Amino acid sequence: MAVSVRELRARIKSTESMKKITRAMELIAASRIIKAQQRANAAAPYARELTRAVSAVATWSNVDHPLTTEPEAPTRAAVLVVTSDRGLAGSYSSSVLKEAEGLVEKLKAEGKEVDLYVTGRKAEAFYKFRGRSVAQAWTGFSDRPEYDAAKEIGQKLIEVFVEGTEAETAAAPGVDEVHVVYTRFITMMTQKPTAVRLLPLEVVEGTEAPAEGDVLPLYEFEPSAEAVLDSLLPQYVVSRIWFALLQAAASELAQRQKAMKSATDNADELIKKFTRVANQARQAGITQEISEIVGGVNALADAQAAND
Amino acid sequence: MTDALQVELVAADRVVWSGGATMVIARTVDGDVGVLRGHAPVLSALTEAVVEITPEEGTEVIATVDGGFLSVANDRVSILSEHVLLAHEIDLSQAEVELEEARRLLGTNNDAEKRIRRAEARIRAVEKAS
Repeated sequence: MAVSVRELRARIKSTESMKKITRAMELIAASRIIKAQQRANAAAPYARELTRAVSAVATWSNVDHPLTTEPEAPTRAAVLVVTSDRGLAGSYSSSVLKEAEGLVEKLKAEGKEVDLYVTGRKAEAFYKFRGRSVAQAWTGFSDRPEYDAAKEIGQKLIEVFVEGTEAETAAAPGVDEVHVVYTRFITMMTQKPTAVRLLPLEVVEGTEAPAEGDVLPLYEFEPSAEAVLDSLLPQYVVSRIWFALLQAAASELAQRQKAMKSATDNADELIKKFTRVANQARQAGITQEISEIVGGVNALADAQAAND
Repeated sequence: MTDALQVELVAADRVVWSGGATMVIARTVDGDVGVLRGHAPVLSALTEAVVEITPEEGTEVIATVDGGFLSVANDRVSILSEHVLLAHEIDLSQAEVELEEARRLLGTNNDAEKRIRRAEARIRAVEKAS
């Protein structure tokens, strides 16, 4: 018997306490995910109205804005990778990073240099470990993002993008396009790492096709179409990032819940297995003791019989 | 339903207020606008200021917005802003402190003017609501 009963008992105990931890984490993730979904739903009206407004402006004025202009020869791209701050979420971060790596490879093959922007400590650690420089990292909010975080990220990305379109001679090289890699929350069971191009904006003309006879109203713009567009588009960009962060947060929690559930199940299995082995070892020990006693008694009896 | 404005006051992370109203007053970058039924479609940029909504029933809704948009079409009014605070959510003393601080920074910080406008709007909203 390689492992003693005592050791097995200790192992069962530690597995049990580990199970308690994973179970607690599973429940926490499960309760938070509902909140995250509610937040994603609460943010939907804003995104919807903003999209309406953007498509209204796009339809009624000749959109010619730095944020929507396709650069002629893109040479530099920024990639925003949205991952989690903490692990124990299964393959959540690694699958986003894999998707991001794929995108980076593709962009490089197209002859573009890539600047990395990341959120979440996991991505930060990933690139640091590989000795690759990250232009900027934001951390500390992956499972409950705030709008201001999205705004900060959005402003930074818009800033580098505008630098890229304005002058090639700018001190810091700006970028010609901006991509976002995040995890889309489809259902509780399915989350999909997704890469989308954020800038230059492709103006979506009415996400929902106008219903019968529902002509887009002839808007007046105050102070002017350009001025409205000027403040509308950055907000649109930020809102897209905000959307990505919320989706990523919900996905992270869903995957954590799933990972912790299977960890708890595994712990159950292990406990069952260890208990069996421990019982067997205990039984073997008892049997051995009995046979030793019986053997001893027999030996004594034999010795006595020989003496008589 | 048909004889009221359908108003939605939306912040980035929530719908702050929605319902039927008879009048909406907001401040665009060009000045105050009042919206009644049958207003021409308009899309305008707002400044940091107070928004007043007179609902069909109940007391006036007073809120502050931090920039954003007003869009009016077919008697539907939507007010979009990154941050929206209803009057009762505003912390008056905090707004006053903020106003002081922003005034000190005036001239040194580009955001100061904006912050002053925002703090003043908050204070005004509380005064109006009380």
